[in-house]
Amino acid sequence: MVTKDFSIRINGTAVGPPADPRVSLLDLLRETLQLHGTKKGCDQGACGACTVLADGERIVSCLALAVQYVGRNVVTIEGLAGDDELHPLQRAFIEHDGFQCGYCTPGQICSAVGMAAEARRGVPSHVTPDLTVGEVELTHDELRERMSGNLCRCGAHNGIVAAIAETCAGERK
Amino acid sequence: MIPFTYTRAGDAAEAVRLAGRGDVKYIGGGTNLVDLLRETIERPAALVDVTGLSSAIEPRGNGGLLIGAAVRNTALAEHRDVRTRYPVLARAVLAGASGQIRNMATVGGNILQRTRCAYFYDTEGSRCNKRSPGQGCDAIDGFNRTHAILGASSSCVATHPSDMCVALAALGATVHLEGADGARTVPLTDLHRLPADHPEIETVLEPGELITAVELPPLAAAARSTYRKVRDRASYAFALVSVAAALEVDNGRVKEVRLALGGVAHKPWRAWAAETALRDGPATTRAFRAAAQAELAAANPLPDNGFKIELAIRTITAVLGELAGSDA
Ligand SMILES: Cc1cc2nc3c(=O)[nH]c(=O)nc-3n(C[C@H](O)[C@H](O)[C@H](O)COP(=O)(O)OP(=O)(O)OC[C@H]3O[C@@H](n4cnc5c(N)ncnc54)[C@H](O)[C@@H]3O)c2cc1C
Ligand code: SF4
Ligand code: FES
Ligand code: FES
Repeated sequence: MVTKDFSIRINGTAVGPPADPRVSLLDLLRETLQLHGTKKGCDQGACGACTVLADGERIVSCLALAVQYVGRNVVTIEGLAGDDELHPLQRAFIEHDGFQCGYCTPGQICSAVGMAAEARRGVPSHVTPDLTVGEVELTHDELRERMSGNLCRCGAHNGIVAAIAETCAGERK
Repeated sequence: MIPFTYTRAGDAAEAVRLAGRGDVKYIGGGTNLVDLLRETIERPAALVDVTGLSSAIEPRGNGGLLIGAAVRNTALAEHRDVRTRYPVLARAVLAGASGQIRNMATVGGNILQRTRCAYFYDTEGSRCNKRSPGQGCDAIDGFNRTHAILGASSSCVATHPSDMCVALAALGATVHLEGADGARTVPLTDLHRLPADHPEIETVLEPGELITAVELPPLAAAARSTYRKVRDRASYAFALVSVAAALEVDNGRVKEVRLALGGVAHKPWRAWAAETALRDGPATTRAFRAAAQAELAAANPLPDNGFKIELAIRTITAVLGELAGSDA
């Protein structure tokens, strides 16, 4: 039995931490839990393919030691959508051709979910002109800067930005 | 990675006790250390997790700010007092890494992140005095476009990659340390060392010494401060040259100025010479450029990075001009 305090919650299920502290959160997801939605691109924090949400914050799971996430709530692409329904961002990615090979897509979508929450609570970015404003308007420049931690080798960025822009605009209405 | 044990410390005292003076590394967000463990550049027997240390940002009685070592980079840039009273610090943090990495990275870990010199990382094929003391440095005759122009030595020409530290250097921040021999404070500008003959010794920290907090002094001039980073792409790249500056102009004259450079040296580079040249002088473009030239007079370029000298001079001049605005 895995008790709450010594487990990692992954998509709502309590999971015991790995016995070997060298295991990354990414490898725990993919190798142990067979959650293959989260992708391994660089394994160095540089591409964003492995992005997941920890307590709602986007992180790169390849640089996260799984043992450090005991007591935290991790959500992967598999946990974002409801049972029979796509997440609004997943629908928008389909609508706007936000992917080609799809390898970067789970990371892009998890990153966008975290990014939208950051913008809502007023976290500024490198391109925010006025650091003192409360809520940030997600212009295309803002979106491109805030999503720069997610690379797309297929060059689907225009569709990605369009999908995220539409979804974020919809949420604010 | 070679095997290690893992323990999570509840507070600073426990972390110091767990670390002792042994072969132990503290781990914050892990965004630098995990990479270095994987490359077996770092090979500790044990990790002590210090993300449970203070993550508070608290006002000090003197009007300054005390920032806990476990404050995440996003939380630092997001904090209202940092944004309004020390904008250079918020801007520097936001210029670094990516949204994901800033959510993980801690203040303590950011300060102690290691160089991004590609030869340092290339454990299979390159010689590096920082990784293996006495081996030689392949950067000196190699591709050294991104390397240091100030304060380097014939042993090592690496740069310190942090953006945040450049702002902390300009602001005159103090680092709070705790170790087996007790607590002490060190000015951030004295924390990192120049390489000299021992590039493997990067800071003045004793083995097992822990960063518990960073303190910002009250600084009126910081209200008008900013950070400019020049890099090979618009986002998500390390600095070629960066400038942190604060400027207070009174009647066309420089009342107070703070200036520090990133991407140019083995440590965040406080531009003391330029500050001295500027203080109480005219706030003009000509004076800004002359001061920048005075600072860079000591520069010693490598075959590929001579461009950084003029780049630094122009970036300093432009940033001071921007801060002076209509006062110039
Ligand atoms: C792809 C990528 C791009 C990046 N781009 C940038 C950039 O543009 N600008 C920039 O500035 N940075 C950049 N970074 C670096 C990033 O900012 C650092 O990795 C991060 O700040 C380190 O913080 P951490 O908490 O994750 O440190 P860790 O990786 O946990 O630790 C780093 C070091 O600090 C030590 N340490 C941690 N906390 C303490 C403490 N409290 N006391 C004593 N020792 C401690 C550890 O032992 C280790 O040696 C980038 C990183 C990546 C992966
Ligand atoms: S510059 Fe420094 S870090 Fe880079 S190879 Fe030379 S000794 Fe190593
Ligand atoms: S796999 Fe984690 S950032 Fe590339
Ligand atoms: S869709 Fe192929 S990498 Fe982005």
